[in-house]
Amino acid sequence: MLPVPLPHTLALAAVLFCLGMVGVMVRRNALVVFMCVELMLNAANLTFLAFAQAHGDTTGHVSAFFVIAVAAAEASVGLAIVIAVFRSRGTVNLEELKTMKH
Amino acid sequence: MSAEALLFYVFALCTVVSAGAVVLARGPMTSAMSLVATFFFLAGVYALLWAHTIAVLQVLVYAGAIMVLFLFVIMLLSMTEPEPAMKLNVARVVGALSAVGLGAALIASFWKLPTQPMGWAEDSARAAAFGTLKTVGEIIYTRYLLPFESVSLLLLAAIVGAVVVAKPRI
Repeated sequence: MLPVPLPHTLALAAVLFCLGMVGVMVRRNALVVFMCVELMLNAANLTFLAFAQAHGDTTGHVSAFFVIAVAAAEASVGLAIVIAVFRSRGTVNLEELKTMKH
Repeated sequence: MSAEALLFYVFALCTVVSAGAVVLARGPMTSAMSLVATFFFLAGVYALLWAHTIAVLQVLVYAGAIMVLFLFVIMLLSMTEPEPAMKLNVARVVGALSAVGLGAALIASFWKLPTQPMGWAEDSARAAAFGTLKTVGEIIYTRYLLPFESVSLLLLAAIVGAVVVAKPRI
């Protein structure tokens, strides 16, 4: 008997993913956008763990472990890019960084 | 309702509130602090899903390492002053609405799933071993050894990449 019904856990993951997505769409500070991407990755992790518990399969935990490792790599490279952009442009506001837009 | 379920709903509510604060906060510092709170509450949720190992990793890696990285960058770029209020435009409204629509669709489809899909948890010996460091470590070091080692290569590449990108001159 699971302590929490599966749909409730998945609903929490969906809400978390959407909050992250709203942040990515709406916010214009590159750092805050990064934080919202981390929120979305955490929502994915939560889904893995919820299904792992529902099926009694530890493979979901291994997937969550890999997601955490990839998130760490992503954060380090992404923040290095933010620093490099700030150094050359003097801003991390995504509305002022338009060089690659047509 | 059991104590576990009650704790889950408390942690879930706190997670959603602090994640909302990440999105809505004016200054990046407030966002980062709310993100730390979100990670801690999520670690609680993970522990209640019997994922003890991942809960500990969540606190160590996310709330520890990654957040320190974020705080370093915020202080390095001295972005402590709050931003001006956001202006609404079509792209933002459409983006936010599509995210909300996606969330509604996801929840509607999840709600049709069975609440207790498998009866495996009645086996108390199996339930006690589930998600412990022993079980997870065993499966990582046997069946997933090659992916595990490639992750170490990925982290090495990320370290080198971060240094190359962030350094002005090498």
